[in-house]
Amino acid sequence: MALSMLGRKIGMTQRIDSSGRAVPITVLDMTPCPVIQKKTKETDGYDAVQIGIGKRRKIRTTKAVAGHFKKHGVEPTAQIREIRLTAEEAAGLEPGGTIDVSLFEPGQFVDVEGSSKGKGTAGVIKRWNFHGQKMTHGAHENYRHGGAIGQCATPARLMKGKKMAGRMGNERVSTLNLLVVDVKKEQNLLYVRGAVPGAKNGIVMVRASVKKKKTALA
Amino acid sequence: MDILRQLESDTFRSDLPDFGPGDTVKIGVRVREGDKERKQVFQGIVIQRRGAGHSETFTVRKMSGGIGVERVFPLQSPTVASLEVVRRGKVRRAKLFYLRDRVGKKARVKEKRGSAPRG
Repeated sequence: MALSMLGRKIGMTQRIDSSGRAVPITVLDMTPCPVIQKKTKETDGYDAVQIGIGKRRKIRTTKAVAGHFKKHGVEPTAQIREIRLTAEEAAGLEPGGTIDVSLFEPGQFVDVEGSSKGKGTAGVIKRWNFHGQKMTHGAHENYRHGGAIGQCATPARLMKGKKMAGRMGNERVSTLNLLVVDVKKEQNLLYVRGAVPGAKNGIVMVRASVKKKKTALA
Repeated sequence: MDILRQLESDTFRSDLPDFGPGDTVKIGVRVREGDKERKQVFQGIVIQRRGAGHSETFTVRKMSGGIGVERVFPLQSPTVASLEVVRRGKVRRAKLFYLRDRVGKKARVKEKRGSAPRG
């Protein structure tokens, strides 16, 4: 996996391009991420780097966590993520160093991964895009129901994975192939075209697109 | 939200004069025909301004051969090639939708005289 970086979603806005079309834009705060630990094949059996984001309050830092950060000489961060890399990709990344937005450039495609907004208990229409039932023609108090959920004596049980109402959202979602519109290196901001999973101030992971390598002419 | 507004303001255009509802404006509209570009003039009364930042728009109403025509322009869009205030209007509200129900002499807006441009 290519080098990735953690960021925070600031929010959405628009920008008008030279042809007068409004382009939806998500602004991400990409304050440089400290590299906490480097894992290598010799010591850990695989190559990876551990990066963090934000600041962790002292009261929220357990001694175990504090010890881990102290060992590598890095200020405790609010969140920690590990990125699997090949030894070549990890070259030059050492604990105490940082990764910043210059990792990305305008015109490039990126994937953004985050936790979607929690929707709580949701019915089948919202959760699985069921069509619901008739509002008229004698339908009575079952407009948003899912209908029948199975057959009869055979199989006499419910199929596994039957789509029903329940918890929705707050799960890991990746949005693929988002165009990088702008990179503001001084302000550590990344502008991507389109929406990104999660609420404002949510933490997201940004990586170079896995499927779309080509860059668009900006 | 404040940060977003601030970031937006970096790319605001500064070539537009100050104008508001009631003002008569002359707009150079950029029109594309095939691969040729030309300017078309649209002149009328501004009946509303709405939104903020990059999504701010304004509506201009004019009478064209006895038929009312309204166009909505995004303020920050390059479609608005030029904007000139022809006449300042004296109005008492921000949205002049009442003009839609009026015809002829009643559909006029009084001119604001001798006042400095809006600040």
